[in-house]
Amino acid sequence: MHADTDILFRDSASKALLDPQLRANFRRAMDGLMAKRKAQFPDPQDLQELRELSTAIRSRSLLNLPTLLEQLETNLTRNGIQVHWAETCDEANQLILGLLQARGAKTLVKGKSMVSEEMHLNAFLEAHGIEALESDLGEYIIQLDDETPSHIIMPAIHKNKDQIARQFSQKIKDAKYTEDVDELTAMARKVLRQKFLDADAGISGVNFAVAETGTLCLVENEGNGRMSTHVPPLHIAVMGLEKVVANLEEVAPLYAILTRSATGQAVSTYFNLITGPRGEGELDGPQEVHLVILDNGRSRIYADPQLQATLRCIRCGACMNHCPVYTRVGGHAYEAVYPGPIGKILTPQMEGVGVRHDLLHGSSLCGACSEVCPVQIPIPDIIVRLRREATHTDATSSVMGKGSGRTNTEDWAWRIWAGVLKRPALYRLATWFATRFGRALPGSAPLLKHWTAHRTKPVPAKRSLSERMRAEGGPHV
Amino acid sequence: MSSRSAILERLRATAGGGPLPTLNPAVMERRHWSAPERVVRLRKGMEAVHTEFLEAKPATWPDVVRTFCESEGLKNLLLGPTSEAGGALAATWAPGGTQLVAYDRPVEAFKTELFTSIEAGFTGTVGGIAETGGLLLMPGPQEPRLLSLVPPIHLALLRAATIQDSFWSAVQALGWTRSLPPNALMISGPSKTADIEQTLAYGVHGPKRLVVVLVDDLT
Repeated sequence: MHADTDILFRDSASKALLDPQLRANFRRAMDGLMAKRKAQFPDPQDLQELRELSTAIRSRSLLNLPTLLEQLETNLTRNGIQVHWAETCDEANQLILGLLQARGAKTLVKGKSMVSEEMHLNAFLEAHGIEALESDLGEYIIQLDDETPSHIIMPAIHKNKDQIARQFSQKIKDAKYTEDVDELTAMARKVLRQKFLDADAGISGVNFAVAETGTLCLVENEGNGRMSTHVPPLHIAVMGLEKVVANLEEVAPLYAILTRSATGQAVSTYFNLITGPRGEGELDGPQEVHLVILDNGRSRIYADPQLQATLRCIRCGACMNHCPVYTRVGGHAYEAVYPGPIGKILTPQMEGVGVRHDLLHGSSLCGACSEVCPVQIPIPDIIVRLRREATHTDATSSVMGKGSGRTNTEDWAWRIWAGVLKRPALYRLATWFATRFGRALPGSAPLLKHWTAHRTKPVPAKRSLSERMRAEGGPHV
Repeated sequence: MSSRSAILERLRATAGGGPLPTLNPAVMERRHWSAPERVVRLRKGMEAVHTEFLEAKPATWPDVVRTFCESEGLKNLLLGPTSEAGGALAATWAPGGTQLVAYDRPVEAFKTELFTSIEAGFTGTVGGIAETGGLLLMPGPQEPRLLSLVPPIHLALLRAATIQDSFWSAVQALGWTRSLPPNALMISGPSKTADIEQTLAYGVHGPKRLVVVLVDDLT
């Protein structure tokens, strides 16, 4: 039983499971990523120590969050980077639009940013006549087809090279059909270099913001992040408010575990530390740099001591790569900006546990995600907690949409269940009926049909265990 | 109330509960190698991601750069004429063959040329990283940021004695933990992507080749 407005993971997941191409694309990619990550952590002791250090760093950052954010703002401002705060995605979009319009910017290039996906920034800017072009190769590929990322690190992982070859030959001017990955990459390079050269502004995300020095850290392999942040005259960075850490020492372990967990690389090609706009005497770099700090529900998540762990996330994507559900259904089935296990706990907290309660049940709670999480987020525990939040209205809870996933049917089912279990005579009567007539119940019976839609009908035993114990002379029960 | 105050007020209502967890950085401090081992590790890490190396001596590195440019048939090489490495190279560069181009104007004055006709850029480095492989660069007035990014080939001068054990130890040795210039970065190889079917392809947006001129100054 659910409201019509609820977004049902079960429907989109069922559809995705029937797509053999999609499943093959994800299976191959995720197997590769898991093997590469494993090869980067040959010593389990080192890995555990690094995870504990990273967890402690992120926990400390969160415990000090308001102080660190203010320190970050002070130091960025001192360095010449202007800081803006937005409570909602709409406010952040308006802020960015204002900055662009004030400088007459018409075209912009974007480095990869999940927060800007959360804001649906591209669509917003395009509605206001500003072209926002994604420059990360994966993001560029999906933007050509007007799709959303299916993975937070590898946004176009749902496509194979044949699909990309067809797409490029149709959508890039003068492009020939080729399935050669180097040639496809060269085509995108050609198009995008011109765009970097022409762009009025660049937008990027932030991997870590360092409070002590007032520095924005960007991790990338392609160089599009550096292009977007150094070539245009205006650079605007966007980040969720949880991204701050105290100092650069604390960034070193987080960076070490991020690239290894994400793509199985010991190090990325570029680790770019931006501490200011074009400085005195410098010949290039943006004349203006801005940082937009976005809340969008994060301060509400922050208010709950258990759920706060959600904000430790450094967006490596390892939980997706190792999730038996994600691997089979892919990222789009989640119908959310953040898919996979982290998305399962983040999305319901940002959009409401009521409308997204179905996501919380698309999990076997196997724990593969928390086992690989570099900052040890107890994802299964949080899923269980949010399942409860979806159907209960605890006065102290700050969870968005708490209790709104509760239905009369489920309510009555549990009441009847509890009532029966509390009364031995009634329980014996119920089991007597179930054992005698249960198998005659058609699979299409109300409630039972939800089970039998995907599974065989459960067949009750001919006698209950306690009946048999009595009949066969076991100890009295 | 401004968004800033509203956000900070909400966060402050929660923050500060309980003692801060202690940090045990032992795992970061375990990696130490001798200076010759650091060179070997850096090369191994960077060669694994297609970085090329040219071996040179303190007195001869400008010749090594010259020979490379000539053998590759490079039309031009962009450099910061007042930087330590760029200045040293320019001082010994005989006319003819590869032409040295000075990055001595604001980028706005030659953006198109930079993107379309410069074939290689030359920079110094402020250090290297043995553990994973990587170069540390501090762009600035003498060495503009785009020198190591836009030209298809990036030539970087690395002195072996400046190679540190790890990023962790390097940022401390360079004093980056207390203050940073407007831009500083680590580079471990030529630009790359695996966004199409997890297949590695080099030279996507940044340099297609990274060539390290490794100066053996250990003895």
